[in-house]
Amino acid sequence: MSQALQHLFGIGQLSREQIEYLIDMGESFVELSRRPIKKAPTLRGKTVINLFFENSTRTRTSFEIAGKRLSADVINISASTSATSKGESLLDTGETLAAMQPHVLVIRHSLAGTCEFLADFLPHTSIVNAGDGAHEHPTQILTDLLTLKTQADGYQGKTVTIVGDIAHSRVARSHLLAAQKLGYKIRLVAPKTLLPSHVRQYGCEVFHDFDAAIPGSDVLYMLRVQSERLTDNCAFPSIREYHEAYGLNRKRLAQAGDNCVVMHPGPMNRGVEIASDVADSARSRILDQVEHGVAIRMAVLTALCGAAPEPEKLSPKKEKAAAAMQAQGKLL
Amino acid sequence: MTTLLIRGGRVIDPANGVDEVADVFIEDGRISVAHGKAAKEIDATGLIVCPGLIDMHVHLREPGQEWKEDIESGSRAAVAGGVTTMCCMPNTTPRLDHAGVVRQVIERARQVGLCDVHPIGAVSRNLDGKELAEMRELTRAGAVAFSDDGKPIWHSGVMRKALEYASTFGFLIIQHAEDLQLTGGGCINEGRISTQLGVTGMPAVGEDDMISRDIMLAKLADASYHVAHISTRGAVDLVRRAQAEGLKVTTEAAPHHFALTEEEVLGFNADAKMSPPLRTEDDRQAVIEGLRDGTINIIATDHAPHHEDDKRCGLSCAAFGIVGLETMLPVSLGLVRDGVLSMSALIATMTVNPARLLKLASGTLSEGAAADICIFDPAGKWTLDRNALFSKSRNTPWHNREMTGRVVHTIKGGRHVFGKGEILV
Repeated sequence: MSQALQHLFGIGQLSREQIEYLIDMGESFVELSRRPIKKAPTLRGKTVINLFFENSTRTRTSFEIAGKRLSADVINISASTSATSKGESLLDTGETLAAMQPHVLVIRHSLAGTCEFLADFLPHTSIVNAGDGAHEHPTQILTDLLTLKTQADGYQGKTVTIVGDIAHSRVARSHLLAAQKLGYKIRLVAPKTLLPSHVRQYGCEVFHDFDAAIPGSDVLYMLRVQSERLTDNCAFPSIREYHEAYGLNRKRLAQAGDNCVVMHPGPMNRGVEIASDVADSARSRILDQVEHGVAIRMAVLTALCGAAPEPEKLSPKKEKAAAAMQAQGKLL
Repeated sequence: MTTLLIRGGRVIDPANGVDEVADVFIEDGRISVAHGKAAKEIDATGLIVCPGLIDMHVHLREPGQEWKEDIESGSRAAVAGGVTTMCCMPNTTPRLDHAGVVRQVIERARQVGLCDVHPIGAVSRNLDGKELAEMRELTRAGAVAFSDDGKPIWHSGVMRKALEYASTFGFLIIQHAEDLQLTGGGCINEGRISTQLGVTGMPAVGEDDMISRDIMLAKLADASYHVAHISTRGAVDLVRRAQAEGLKVTTEAAPHHFALTEEEVLGFNADAKMSPPLRTEDDRQAVIEGLRDGTINIIATDHAPHHEDDKRCGLSCAAFGIVGLETMLPVSLGLVRDGVLSMSALIATMTVNPARLLKLASGTLSEGAAADICIFDPAGKWTLDRNALFSKSRNTPWHNREMTGRVVHTIKGGRHVFGKGEILV
């Protein structure tokens, strides 16, 4: 496979060609989910573990459905049911699961860099980042780009205006990286309290006035605003005031060009960052994003399973550990 | 009578303005002007012979966290790095807020016998930043200065009283300047890299604002105030202005802050995580300028050993700190190679300057001084292997990097304690 991938940590590691390859493969999988029998044998015999340390419904379900439709064996582990609640370290959890020889570990964690960290210790397991802190969320961006390719006028040369809590958004960071590689423009709209300190290094435009950013935008991409930011960070004084300044309502949408679409990575806070009538309007591509998420995750799992090295041999460290286990009469 | 002759080295003793090829004669553990036949000789041809180094900012972890480091392993690391005098910070368990613990540390260091250890006493009981520790009692027990290092003294009223009380008796307060309300939850410098990695940053202003306040309080109290591990341009400027105003404000720089930048953290490298964090190239240059113009006249490592379990848990969770004793000299020698400091001025930052600030007898090769000597090859190249460190911990950002400058021999009180890569006693 020419675009071989061992891990998917983020958009940052991918070339333009690899991104386009995954989007194209994702596009070819969209049709599978629309068939009466939604099953293909592509990943038969492959094991995928979804290891989610943060709550997630759509991303976890999306990965699960993607794996199952391609005939992989998919196991879901969420933090509340996993050993981490008993004090096991992240590394031990990762090594324990890797010892069960899955092909792919899909990981979501609240801390940035979790996937890179674990990959150093798990040489035979492919790792997919399903969101790590405020760092990256690559499958979401691939999903968005597939949506723009098929449900809008594409992304090349377009202006994607991302609005909201940029500081805590992995989606925003991954888009900033993808835009540089693929040639689309990013406008960021947020109060200073919700912007990372050095965001201009990505060559994006930064607006504090949402209304000024709307004309010329091809996509209005709304980010979820978490109510914790109110209390923990003093990021804004009230939901009411936030919605007034940065919420997308029908009046604001009317200022946008005719072909401008509305996107949201979910889950939405209706009435906070996006008004219900906008979320449900013909401009909205939000449910298309969800549908394409499954297709993109099929593509990512396929690319990784094709490229992942087979675990022919235990690493020296694991051999040692296995010997110690045997000596103690324990079985893995 | 035991005698030792160090022959033919370039002797640099900044305390006495000496920089010449000469022999050093040691008699009964002290530097002597007499020059007779010695029982033992060390050939120092082509090497630099200077006072044993002083590292005034070290965490020895004993008592309480001996799996990370103890006084013995810390002393071994010290002499391997040419350091013969250390000041250890009080954030042990129990804290160095009680004379008994201070005496215990000093006594333990004496038993080990490799390196003098002068404790820095706690400013506040249990480092809680509320009530003052018994500074006079701690001084009698052997504490040479006071700090709540690891934690800032954040309460302005307590800091004012601490400075006033300390200055009443001529004690020095050392501040870990960090405004936790600005840096809390952060793990690396706030800036370009924290933005890229999506981790919470610690802004430079979180160091500067506390130093700014402290300087005003030090002025009010007419106190001696020392900024630990200075790392930002703003902080260097503040100290420079305070010194120009004639205030008794001093500071130290850690080698990592003038040798490395926040770029080291890329790839989520937890061995490049410390507090204060590695900053920008501009901050690094400011620290170098501070060293060049003497605003910063002390180099100290903030040697902070941590077990792998505390570092191997991802960048955000990893403990703050790196080991420094064994890399202090080679990393600092970069300042000489880059023309920032003369060799003599560099050696002064690790010998006579901290000795004068803390009123220590060491840091000089004067006649009659204890024969604490570091002999090093300024051009010697070696590759740092973290598994070969004498420290119990391996948390260094310089693993597998080539170092220039190697400690060849260390003499402590006339005893040859380190030579050819090995501890000799």
